Amino acid sequence: MELIKPGININFVGAIKWMVISSIVLTILSIGIMLGRGFNYGIDFAGGTLIQIKFQKETPTDDIRKALINLGIRDSIIQDFGPHEIVVRTAESTSDVGGLSSRIGDSLNALYGKGAFEVQRVEVVGPKVGKDLTQKAIFAVVFSWIGMLIYIAFRFDLRFAVGGIVGVIHDVIVVMGIFTLFNKEFTLTIVAALLTIIGYSIHDTIVVFDRVRENIRKDTKKDLHTVMNDSINQTLSRTILTSFTVVLVVVVLFLFGGPVINDFAFTLLIGVIFGTYSSVFIASPVVLAWERISPSKIKRKK
Amino acid sequence: MLKGIKIRTAIALVACLLGLFYLTPSLTSNLPDFWQKHLPVDKIHLGLDLQGGMHLVLEVDTEKALENTLERTANELKESLMGNKIRFRNIERTKDNHIVLEFPDASSRESFNKILKDQFNDLEEASSEIHEGRGLITLRVREKRKNEIKKLTVEQSLETIRNRVDQFGVTEPEIIPQGEDRIVVQLPGIKDAMRAKNLIGKTALLEFKLVNEEYPLAEAVKGNVPEGSVVAYETRLDRQTGRRVSTPILLKNRTLLTGGYLESAQVKISDRFGEPYVAIKFNAQGARDFDRITGENVKKRLAIVLDGTVHSAPVIQERISGGEAQITGTFTMDEAKDLAIVLRAGALPAPVNFLEERTVGPSLGQDSIDKGLWSAIIGGILIMVFMTAYYRLSGLVANLALILNMVILLGILVAFKATLTLPGIAGIVLIIGMSVDANVLIFERIREELRTGKTPRVSIETGYSRAFLTILDTNVNALIASLFLFGFGTGPVKGFAVTLSIGIITSLFTAVFVTRIIFDYFIWNRKISRVSV
Repeated sequence: MELIKPGININFVGAIKWMVISSIVLTILSIGIMLGRGFNYGIDFAGGTLIQIKFQKETPTDDIRKALINLGIRDSIIQDFGPHEIVVRTAESTSDVGGLSSRIGDSLNALYGKGAFEVQRVEVVGPKVGKDLTQKAIFAVVFSWIGMLIYIAFRFDLRFAVGGIVGVIHDVIVVMGIFTLFNKEFTLTIVAALLTIIGYSIHDTIVVFDRVRENIRKDTKKDLHTVMNDSINQTLSRTILTSFTVVLVVVVLFLFGGPVINDFAFTLLIGVIFGTYSSVFIASPVVLAWERISPSKIKRKK
Repeated sequence: MLKGIKIRTAIALVACLLGLFYLTPSLTSNLPDFWQKHLPVDKIHLGLDLQGGMHLVLEVDTEKALENTLERTANELKESLMGNKIRFRNIERTKDNHIVLEFPDASSRESFNKILKDQFNDLEEASSEIHEGRGLITLRVREKRKNEIKKLTVEQSLETIRNRVDQFGVTEPEIIPQGEDRIVVQLPGIKDAMRAKNLIGKTALLEFKLVNEEYPLAEAVKGNVPEGSVVAYETRLDRQTGRRVSTPILLKNRTLLTGGYLESAQVKISDRFGEPYVAIKFNAQGARDFDRITGENVKKRLAIVLDGTVHSAPVIQERISGGEAQITGTFTMDEAKDLAIVLRAGALPAPVNFLEERTVGPSLGQDSIDKGLWSAIIGGILIMVFMTAYYRLSGLVANLALILNMVILLGILVAFKATLTLPGIAGIVLIIGMSVDANVLIFERIREELRTGKTPRVSIETGYSRAFLTILDTNVNALIASLFLFGFGTGPVKGFAVTLSIGIITSLFTAVFVTRIIFDYFIWNRKISRVSV
């Protein structure tokens, strides 16, 4: 079976100008959304309490909300979390971590009786932890960029390294923008998803770059534009296939992984799409632009 | 790379068998006898989010430990000065952890310097000023000593908590320090979260203090507390209403004896009410002190104070020798048991705060396992069907590599006692989708080479050698990202980084090394003339 016919020659490089413009617009939009709406931080980062409760039968959330207001917990969010299951989230974490969850348990006991529900999960995160984690998350993301920059600069050269990293940064910004647009909750697992996307996106970019490097050596007379376009076309089949297999498993995770994995899979899905896109339309133009400004001095030779 | 197919096959087989070896105990619970005796029996280690349990992060209040030390040192200094008949005025501990004292003349100042140098080497002078012939000196704890105290406090807290958890009886608890002043406690299978937290977080400082009976209590409650005394509260359960009531009680500040001198603590049942109480026994030193204290204070009330709360304040009827006492109160059996445990394990050197708590019930854990497992199975089947449809026989080879990858990946998880979490399972599912990339790269390359009219043998060889560098580069980069994730992550997310990192490495082995063996076998031994790719 062949999805992409051999010898395909789409003029990607010709379309790059428009793609670059739309990418810049997309990036600015994403930053705008993030600044405008702010992140919906989960308790991992903001601190707070999360309690997941499973009821034996259908229980209207309004009743539960009333019960909680009686406890003096006003700013709580109650979400449906699967059949008969709810998640209560409050910003309160208090010094007496966990005292809140037992208070909620007691009042639900009084309301519905013992055995009518089961507390499935309790998470309490103090504000101090959240602050530490935020810092650690930013470090992890930025240092992974630097690590890759160094590796690619060492294995290829600086042009490619910068091209690859710009692509990855673009992916992270756009994914987070879309993530914010859907008002998803920003948690630890989302950071894990972002780092996975970083890994995937650079993975994809390197496949293209690797072919560029090979083709440069093969024919030193061709200009980089043509070489780049040929390389993208030659690897197109693989690019689409791998994206497809990854999207396949991510969709499976999204559908069958359960609510805890849901947002994680959602983030990955957007990330894989943009990671693939950025390898062709972000990373390559940066290398081309660099070449135009300062052509590589080492004349290509074997 | 090794040329001999036999050697390479042997390596692949060994890796596969090792993976199976480690994996088998996790798949079946009735292992044959010989296996249990000679072969690995460890099951795959599930994270708390999958098996249910409690994850706590505690912060040891090292500042408080420092304060306590300073308070003690100030008292010792005061006694030492008085003992040496050195004249001083106003010794006190300030809020910012300094000791301030004043000397009337130069000679007492000099004698003080000598004592400071000889006996209180941990202190240093922060500042001194001379004011109308009097010297005002501010002392502080040396920086080095400060860090020592903090470190020691965390170590002792860790040890104490470990003791308590061990005595409580939790299977495979994990109690490890984190950063400078934090302790991570993982308790699998805990059901009563509140009880576990009380057990771990209680400072359990047991003190014996006299009740101040000379001063009117009502006056003290109003706020006019006499010097050297403090208002504390006694809580007890009202048997009729079932409520806890607390009544104020005026105590003298001086601690006569602490739980540090305990030898044992046990739960007993009282004959009269059939209620549990905790019987304590002092060690030799504690017994002597207790004997003296009770002898000196017959007919007075002695309060038993735990973490500032009075448990009971009985009247001392007579001198008590032998060093035995009872802590009564209105306990439930569990409460009495836990109290005995914390008293035996000893007090925490400083209070601890809970920074983070994550509790997962066992049914949610099982639910997550099921969902994760199904995702992996469905994802795996879809990928395999696709690979077979797209690459035909070569696709089957890639599928074999994929299955092998799973076996080795899971085997390594067991062998290295890594923890499998729900995000970890997600990582495995992701690896299923990503690891076939190596094969896609190779197969696409082989197709390209075939198209240029090369023979299958040459096509396969160039396909592998060309694709290998690409695969290496891409995998190293993916590894960089997941290693940073490992450094960042806690608990479940770390589990994700672990499976992803291991999966990236094992997929290099199975998708490149193992598939090559199969291709080489067909080219060299079967001398096929056509590749199904």
